Amino acid sequence: MASIVMPRPHTSERPAILDWLTTVDHKKLGILYLYFTLFFFAVGGILALLVRTQLAVADNDFVTNDKYNQIFTMHASAMLFLFIIPVWAGFGNYMVPLQIGAADMAFPRINALSFWLLPPAGLLMFSGFLVDGGAAQAGWTAYSPLARTLGPGMDLWIIAVLLLGISSTIGAANFLVTMFRMRAPGMTMFRMPIFCWTMLVTAVLQLLATPVLAAALSMLYIDRNFGGSFFDPNGGGNVVLWQNVFWFYSHPAVYIMILPGMGIVSEIIPVFSRKPLFGYKAFVFATLGIGGLGFSVWAHHMFTTGAVLKPFFGFMTFMIGIPTGVKIFNWLATMFRGSITFEPPMLFALGFISMFLIGGINGTFSAAVPVDFALHDTYFVVAHLHYVLFGGSVFAVFAGMYYWFPKIWGRRLNDKLGTIQFALMIVGFNLTFFPMHLLGLDGMPRRIAQYNNSDWTFMNSISTAGAFLIAVSMIPFLVAVVAAFMRPKDQPNDPWQGNTLEWYTSSPPPVHNFDDVPEIRSERPLFDLRHGKADGHR
Amino acid sequence: MAAHGAAVGERQQLSNGMLGFILFAASEVMFFGGLFAAYFIARADSTQWPPNDVLTAMKAAGTAKETVELHLEFVLPLIATVVLVISSVTMQLAVMAIQKGNRSGMIRFLIISVSLGLLFLALQMYDYSQLSFRAGDTIFGTTFYTLTGFHGAHVAGGTIFIFVCLMRGMGGGFSARNHEAVEAASFYWHFVDIVWIALFTIFYLIPLISGDSYVSA
Ligand code: HEM
Repeated sequence: MASIVMPRPHTSERPAILDWLTTVDHKKLGILYLYFTLFFFAVGGILALLVRTQLAVADNDFVTNDKYNQIFTMHASAMLFLFIIPVWAGFGNYMVPLQIGAADMAFPRINALSFWLLPPAGLLMFSGFLVDGGAAQAGWTAYSPLARTLGPGMDLWIIAVLLLGISSTIGAANFLVTMFRMRAPGMTMFRMPIFCWTMLVTAVLQLLATPVLAAALSMLYIDRNFGGSFFDPNGGGNVVLWQNVFWFYSHPAVYIMILPGMGIVSEIIPVFSRKPLFGYKAFVFATLGIGGLGFSVWAHHMFTTGAVLKPFFGFMTFMIGIPTGVKIFNWLATMFRGSITFEPPMLFALGFISMFLIGGINGTFSAAVPVDFALHDTYFVVAHLHYVLFGGSVFAVFAGMYYWFPKIWGRRLNDKLGTIQFALMIVGFNLTFFPMHLLGLDGMPRRIAQYNNSDWTFMNSISTAGAFLIAVSMIPFLVAVVAAFMRPKDQPNDPWQGNTLEWYTSSPPPVHNFDDVPEIRSERPLFDLRHGKADGHR
Repeated sequence: MAAHGAAVGERQQLSNGMLGFILFAASEVMFFGGLFAAYFIARADSTQWPPNDVLTAMKAAGTAKETVELHLEFVLPLIATVVLVISSVTMQLAVMAIQKGNRSGMIRFLIISVSLGLLFLALQMYDYSQLSFRAGDTIFGTTFYTLTGFHGAHVAGGTIFIFVCLMRGMGGGFSARNHEAVEAASFYWHFVDIVWIALFTIFYLIPLISGDSYVSA
């Protein structure tokens, strides 16, 4: 058996714009997801710059208290719900079918629906700035009593997040069926690329956790609009109820935001070290372990409410450190004695590992219960979450961008510009967020528009300068993208000597993905092909 | 797609569509799980259930009646429960009919199921209209209307689903080999039925058996 010929769906000529609006092709939808999410990364970034401008010096009054609360709430909401969570769906949409040798997702039309729920959600959430009382300002965690009493911007926020939740729930079911049922012959579960595995576990978390968020949001909506008493002690309700239900979603959501990033890094490290991934199965089980534990630690966010079994949840949080440690060890062991080269995808992947390591260590640190009491609601928490979400996830997004750009668009992003972007970004990132650790230890509270302790000004202005440096680091990226699009599509099928199936087909792939699929005998079909261990058309 | 879909498909009974539908139902289970959790937490936190003692903000402000009776009647919901359970049986009979290729039998049972679904909704509406409390009346009213209301919405959705199957069946659709939508509708209907039985148990049955005064037969 040499190769399997894939059937071709029939194609027709239509105006390009109509094509994009009505497409059910997983690749086009993946690209739409990427455009949409990068747009909101920029929006969230601009809001972050406003936050940092306000905080640059003590007693600043660049924005009012009220506006500040809206801005940081919308910064976090855009970054989490409109950027990080859907950006993985974007990469996943494009890459999962290619990596398992399928012609599309299991349910192409539902896939289109998942995407098209996003633009109205983004519009609704941001239209809050236009209504009376402004946009939501209860933080992305929307705690009551504040969230119960704010103006209509809060309702818009709730409906937007509900729509996003529906999108990711049905998207998750689609990913799961795709990976369970659409794999090419020979592509067993244990030959799936690690990126697919991380998408699989992410999908399970989304499928089971997002509906609980939907339940919580429905309750909040009922409280606000139908006189409900869920979170109102006056009616016999309870604010801690929100925290229980919300964190049942949001803790797994932390893994939803990071696991696919780990998957991307695990694709890149072996390719640029020219070695197989060390401990493929250990990696898969660590991913599954993180998924399972993710559900059991939700209450650690509520330590300070006193309502939960502290030792148990503290212990579970430490436990999560173990599979995470396994992964970091595996990446390092993969690089060990490899012939490493430092193209931009690898640089960003290394940035991910080192920043995520710091984020992981200070996270485990604050899981120690007594420490959490002292640091809760200080800038230490803000530092920690950005080391994980920016130092982790965002670096992985750019790693994936540089790595898969040639496959998706048939052109390569300039290496030099990529290296400059990386250098500016990692310096800017650490300037921005490292000082926040110190500010937090010194007791600076988060979610405040003004501080009147002028001892904190120095650190804060460094942090603000760093934020602008991050913004500057986007310039080389944009230049590289524009430059790439001014050149013809010249990329070969496999510019990086990759391991996984997406590199078998042309760059960009045809509508039907594969003319044929090679024999798959391991988790590295393309490596096998290059070294004559499997048959294919090359 | 079709080529290797079939290659993997030999040994599997569930189609992709059915698998996707089951996963979707799992997410629905979690949604109701969140709502039930809210009920249990609220109930565990109350010193008195239903919390007749709490003074809601509206009452304090004088915009609501000073006293509302947090009271449920048992008989009507019991009838509704029987209606829904019977409709689950008739839905299953519809599936069994089409499995044997008996389309007219399926159509008959689908008509009965849709009618019972509508009857359930009518009974629920009537029951709501008879209650002396509203969603704003303490956490008891809030949880009661939220849980039964979301369930009612799912009954409505399920009824529409069955109705669509009925229309397709009357238009000559479905056969012994091809009747996945009917199976999916039946699966969904059983799920909705089970959720109701759980709701009936916590809101009516347990209080009645344990002699709580707010439910009377
Ligand atoms: C240019 C880069 C960024 C800067 C300068 C920045 C800055 C900040 C600052 C100063 C806060 C604290 C606001 C306060 O507590 O008063 C904050 C909060 C937050 N940021 Fe960022 N951020 C950046 C990027 C990101 C990214 C990429 C993400 C996620 C993917 C993110 C997610 C969050 C979240 C979840 C919060 C918590 C907000 C809350 O307390 O409700 N940020 N950010």
